[in-house]
Amino acid sequence: MVATFEPKTDYKVIGTRPIRHDGYDKVTGRAIFGGDLTLPGLIWGVCVRSPHAHANIKSIDTSAAEAMDGVFAIVTAADMPEAPDKLVDLGEGNVNFKWASNKLMAADKVVYRGHPVAAVAAVDRYTAEEAARKVVVEYEVLKAVTNVTDALAPGAPIVLPDLVGDDLGEDVINTNMAEHVRHEFGDVEGAMASATHTIEREYNMQMVHQGYIEPHNATAVWDEEDRIKIWTSTQGAFAARTQIAGILQVDVSKVKVTPLEIGGGFGGKIPVYFEPIAAILSRKSRRPVKMVMERVAIFETTGPTPGGRMIIKLGADSNGKLLAATADIWFEAGANPGSVIGPAAMCVFSPYEIQNTRIDGWDVVVNKPKTAAYRAPGSPQVAFAMESAVEELCEEAGWDSMQFRIDNVSREGTRRGDGVLFSKIGMEEVLEAAKNSDHWNAPLGDPPPGRKRGRGMASGYWFNIGLKSSVNLAVNSDGTVTLVEGSPDIGGTRVAMAMHVAEVLGIGAHDVRPSVVDTELVGYTDVTGGSRTTYATGYACWIAANELVDELKKRVAILWDVNEGDIDFSDGIFSSKAESEKTIGFKELAGKLADLGGPATSTGSVDLESAGDGFGLHIVDIDIDTETGKTDVVRYTAIQDVGTAIHPSYVEGQLQGGAVQGIGWALNEEYYMEEDGSMANSSFLDYRMPTSLDLPPIDTILVEVPNPLHPYGVRGVGETPICPPIPAVANAIANAIGTRLYNTPMNAGSIMEALS
Amino acid sequence: MTTSSPSMVHVKTTINGQAHELLVPPYMSLLDTLRELIGLTGTKEGCLDGNCGACTVSVDGRIVDSCLVLGAEVDGKEVDTVEGMASAEGLHPLQQAFLEEAALQCGICTPGFLVAAKGLLDNEPSPSEGRIRHWLAGNLCRCTGYDKIIRAVQKASS
Repeated sequence: MVATFEPKTDYKVIGTRPIRHDGYDKVTGRAIFGGDLTLPGLIWGVCVRSPHAHANIKSIDTSAAEAMDGVFAIVTAADMPEAPDKLVDLGEGNVNFKWASNKLMAADKVVYRGHPVAAVAAVDRYTAEEAARKVVVEYEVLKAVTNVTDALAPGAPIVLPDLVGDDLGEDVINTNMAEHVRHEFGDVEGAMASATHTIEREYNMQMVHQGYIEPHNATAVWDEEDRIKIWTSTQGAFAARTQIAGILQVDVSKVKVTPLEIGGGFGGKIPVYFEPIAAILSRKSRRPVKMVMERVAIFETTGPTPGGRMIIKLGADSNGKLLAATADIWFEAGANPGSVIGPAAMCVFSPYEIQNTRIDGWDVVVNKPKTAAYRAPGSPQVAFAMESAVEELCEEAGWDSMQFRIDNVSREGTRRGDGVLFSKIGMEEVLEAAKNSDHWNAPLGDPPPGRKRGRGMASGYWFNIGLKSSVNLAVNSDGTVTLVEGSPDIGGTRVAMAMHVAEVLGIGAHDVRPSVVDTELVGYTDVTGGSRTTYATGYACWIAANELVDELKKRVAILWDVNEGDIDFSDGIFSSKAESEKTIGFKELAGKLADLGGPATSTGSVDLESAGDGFGLHIVDIDIDTETGKTDVVRYTAIQDVGTAIHPSYVEGQLQGGAVQGIGWALNEEYYMEEDGSMANSSFLDYRMPTSLDLPPIDTILVEVPNPLHPYGVRGVGETPICPPIPAVANAIANAIGTRLYNTPMNAGSIMEALS
Repeated sequence: MTTSSPSMVHVKTTINGQAHELLVPPYMSLLDTLRELIGLTGTKEGCLDGNCGACTVSVDGRIVDSCLVLGAEVDGKEVDTVEGMASAEGLHPLQQAFLEEAALQCGICTPGFLVAAKGLLDNEPSPSEGRIRHWLAGNLCRCTGYDKIIRAVQKASS
């Protein structure tokens, strides 16, 4: 039975904005990120990477590199254990060890540009790079396929000759089609036929990258006991441990992963890239080996999010009620199977109640890096298609699209496209807040001369995951509490965890000292991802804090020589039920514990179903320069049901950051692929993420519909905000220039084409 | 260094007010000089091609991407990094404002932003929002959308 909670509002700590505990180290340069670590005798590892996107490896000659002074070890796929063809759950996404191993180090064939074929460890990074350049690899170059249409065309080059595709349960061979899934409910054809208004449109998107600023890194020691110690920047130390152990074919207990501070991830730092290679280099050299990835390789060889092709068809009656919808989605998996068609199917229709729906998704292998999670993986793509189609349907029918969204809103009990029924959700409240917002009610105003102005809006959805978390608490004699957790802090979660504990114990947020520790110091904890950390690890904190209260009641019982059942606890004060004037505060009690049974500790562990569904709506005003096609965002408002905002500043920050990643995706960002499968814009200069100069302030409206599945009403927050921006910008562009764009990025070139 | 490496360059420099005398490989960036030779890892690597600003430091009062400067080039110059911003009296107002305004999420870009923003406020105590956005356009942040960073710089400037 899943526990449910009544909403509360009389919080002491929840909803305040204390300074984050780890902030002091992060503004002074003391915080140790993965790349900052050094160890005695440390040497550096560098990968030798394929210059081709698709080629057979004829030979690898490492002799010249081995002969160099300062080179300690060289490894190739021959040094990697054979990993089993086995799928393992990583919390957010799965890993197949065979594919993961193949991605790390090519054996006989490279399938994406930059694919490692060898790795070198040397005395320092410069020497290792020089040695890597001396490794001679002979290739037989094959034709590359870099988009879903080419990959599925008859006669297409086959990326993975031994791939067996799954077409609705039927095996397919000699194919780039890894999987075809379908969800269907109701009478789609009948309902579509009865619709008075229909629309069918195709949308195409390019692959994009998470764009975290910190490079991937790993430091490894393979010691004399055959224990493997890894220090790395990861979204999940335990998920990293699972992957490393699986790829290296050792027991998980042989691997200790220490998560150092992480400089952004957005889903891209769930897979491991360097960790197993650094470990094997360490085994061979018997030295600590550190690797830090160069930016070109981060673009070309890590886990971006898929581009692809989508066709949406909608049917509505004459009253503007949606009757039926279909979605056909082809996503790039990258060079190994496993794109995000599943989540895309779950998200595509979620803001709307539609009785008759069909969703088909295809996972297509291409000669590009294997995709990974990127903030609401799969949802921004389908939001672009669906929200563009909704707006165009309303334009053609002459309907007010805000009213259309209200009339068709999904609510508790609405069936999601994959069949799941929504519990308590806040989409109606989000629409209400949007309709009443300053931004929505403000006149659009006149653009400067030479520009056209437009306004757009769009909804977005992410389902938010629950999963496993563990925490430990211990009371210190000065009345503070140490909190040990396993969730890497990627954006201010230490303080949110401390606030959960402080709220229960009636102490201040800074009386709780949170630490993120390695895989041997806390119980299993799933990744910081899926918008789960504040929800699930926070829930574990709440459990542990309540357990601590129960333990401390026993100590008060000793102190007062009464039964523990005769003691109340509220707002940090223990009191006697019999004599109400008899009280002792948490801090005073903490100082007496040495004589009241000794140390007081507790633990909390959870495995939760869902972090509550997250809905948002964004409104954007843009100006388009009709001479150059440049789009400037001039006003932006992000509205979202956030459940309960534990630390509102960091909740606002999630909405702002997600919105801006979405703006970049809408206007500029793409993998610009050359014919040969190389990425033409693999630097920050050419990839061109938004800068401070490109943006206005990002206003936020936090709608708080408490999630009944969390003691404080927390709902996952971080991912939903990247879903609305792309269609909101598309709708604003259509509003400004009267022509709609169906492909991303909607850059200056596309807009000039649309204007001419 | 390996025996085949070219001769080291003798560098006398002042880092965060402290004199340093170093032997620097001629090909080593200022970024690696700070991080690898001196151990000042507060200055971060982001891209190594001058496009993200995570490695921003000040050389003789002018902000630079330390990945694009050689260690050998700072001979006779004064280098200031994020580690030199706080004093015995406490945090620099920018550091305090970044904490209070929640202007960091992951924190990897924060040292670069702080050094860059200090470079602005040292010369222009009350810049406009537009001026701040323009000045900081060489520093990428992927987490915050810049909103809270701009507010923090505005707070520290007033």
